[in-house]
Amino acid sequence: MTDFNFKPSRRGFFGLAGGAAALGAFGRSASAQTMVQTKAKIVIVGSGAAGTGLVNRLVQRLEDAQITLIDGRKDHYYQPGFTLIAAGLKPAAYSVSGTGDWLPSGVTWVQDYAAAIDPEAQRVTTQGGEAVDYDYLVVATGLKLDWDAVEGFSLDQVGENGIGAVYAGPEYAARTWKAMDAFTDTGGVALFGRPATEMKCAGAPLKYAFLTDDYLRRKGTREASQVIYAANNAGLFSVPVVDEKVKLLFGEHDFDARYSHILTGIDTATREAYFRVPESKQINPDNTVSVTPERVEKITYDFTNVIPPMRAPDVVRESGLAWVDKWIGQDWLEVDQQTLRHHRYPNVFGLGDIAGVPKGKTAASVKWQIPVVEDHLVAAVQGREGSAIYNGYTSCPLITKVGRAMLVEFDYENRLTPSFPGVISPLEELWISWLMKEVALKPTYNAMLRGKA
Amino acid sequence: MQQLTLETLIAVFEEIFGRVLFWSMVGAAVLITAGYLYVLIRDRHLSARKFLLAQMFMPFGAVAAVVFVQWATHSGLSDIGGPIDWIVLLGVAGAGAIGSAILVYTIQSLTKGRQRAAHMEGAK
Repeated sequence: MTDFNFKPSRRGFFGLAGGAAALGAFGRSASAQTMVQTKAKIVIVGSGAAGTGLVNRLVQRLEDAQITLIDGRKDHYYQPGFTLIAAGLKPAAYSVSGTGDWLPSGVTWVQDYAAAIDPEAQRVTTQGGEAVDYDYLVVATGLKLDWDAVEGFSLDQVGENGIGAVYAGPEYAARTWKAMDAFTDTGGVALFGRPATEMKCAGAPLKYAFLTDDYLRRKGTREASQVIYAANNAGLFSVPVVDEKVKLLFGEHDFDARYSHILTGIDTATREAYFRVPESKQINPDNTVSVTPERVEKITYDFTNVIPPMRAPDVVRESGLAWVDKWIGQDWLEVDQQTLRHHRYPNVFGLGDIAGVPKGKTAASVKWQIPVVEDHLVAAVQGREGSAIYNGYTSCPLITKVGRAMLVEFDYENRLTPSFPGVISPLEELWISWLMKEVALKPTYNAMLRGKA
Repeated sequence: MQQLTLETLIAVFEEIFGRVLFWSMVGAAVLITAGYLYVLIRDRHLSARKFLLAQMFMPFGAVAAVVFVQWATHSGLSDIGGPIDWIVLLGVAGAGAIGSAILVYTIQSLTKGRQRAAHMEGAK
């Protein structure tokens, strides 16, 4: 047996410190990937979470590729932060950075919006008339918030007269907080809901209802208030097991849920919102069918968060790349839901909100989608087939009050897919899930933008 | 989460406390740890008397750490929802307790200077 005689000394101490420093310096070894040599022209339309995250990965995989990013917007928005801004927990600047701050060198950024995509000629034309040819196209335009579809509403009303619009952007989210803060001081009728189209982060309308409820309770005005949630169909959440949980929470929080209510207009002067309630049929006990005809419902509110229908931007709608037999009037990109590759144009991919797949319109989904498009795109450049598959992963830290959330994660099959099974329960209101939403999500998102996660 | 790297972890902490505060805290932690190791090596023993006083500061350190984390994350004790929350809370409290004990021990050792075990025994 070796006699180990440790005699601490100053020299030993400095040796130890030096060793620790060396370990710190060399502990992080870069993961080297084989670069693929190519002259391919790759165009990415859109520099949001999807386009930026992808371009930063492509430059790590492709050498000499001509990569062009087309987007006229100078500001990059961290959209998951909008809810926190609208809850008075973060300033508007929390969600704003510069598009150019995230783009790697060696990539051409055309600072203009795409006006036309011609998949036959393989060409994107910008609003300024610049034509950019491509061998491979990634459509990552995001979606369009169709404010005009809500009659009587305009964005300049946000922040006044009990009008909120969390989705509209960081400044509008801050103005929404101003309106919500004023409303919760006195209480009254709070009206929430969601559009009947596909939408980004379907949990956000619920979160904001819960947050408003929380402020009402903290300020002692909940007793004198009513919280109404007007759902577009018969459910509150598309995943059945989560839907049941949310319904239980609605009961606990004493929310008034109205179903099959589709927002059509708003009268900001009288504070009335109008909803279309579609025709419904019911089978009676005597086996006859009674039909309730379509009607218009009016709900009077003191505070509301307006969420408009969401659709593909015009450039996608007019490109011939959208689904023709699904999501009529919404025009999402016709892609395979596992590979995100276009059905008719195999050199075209859809990434992020614009992808015509069930579920997946969240930043967390983008994080899972990027490696899939990267894999198939790099494989295509090499003349082979990729193997990565997107399973529909979508994540929603469903805030139920300031300080608590449920970390809901699921896939196409409505299966819950917890990141930390057995540790962080997806249907439990937890502090740790709140910590993730409030502090861990943005750095994770930033790492994704840099192509590092 | 798909990958949890050291870089992501550092970015998370920068986000929680702000870059300046986080790296100031890292700097403080490194200095205190270095000071602790220095006095251990200098004195060549662990003083039970100093350690006792240091231990008495542990509850304060635990509470301070919890209050600090809750302040930084807009949350409170009423938000604790399940076992994992208690584990995280106890972890934070534990880290605060150990950190404060090391801090108090190091301060005592540095301010009172080098003291030999024999000298301390004789003083009893």
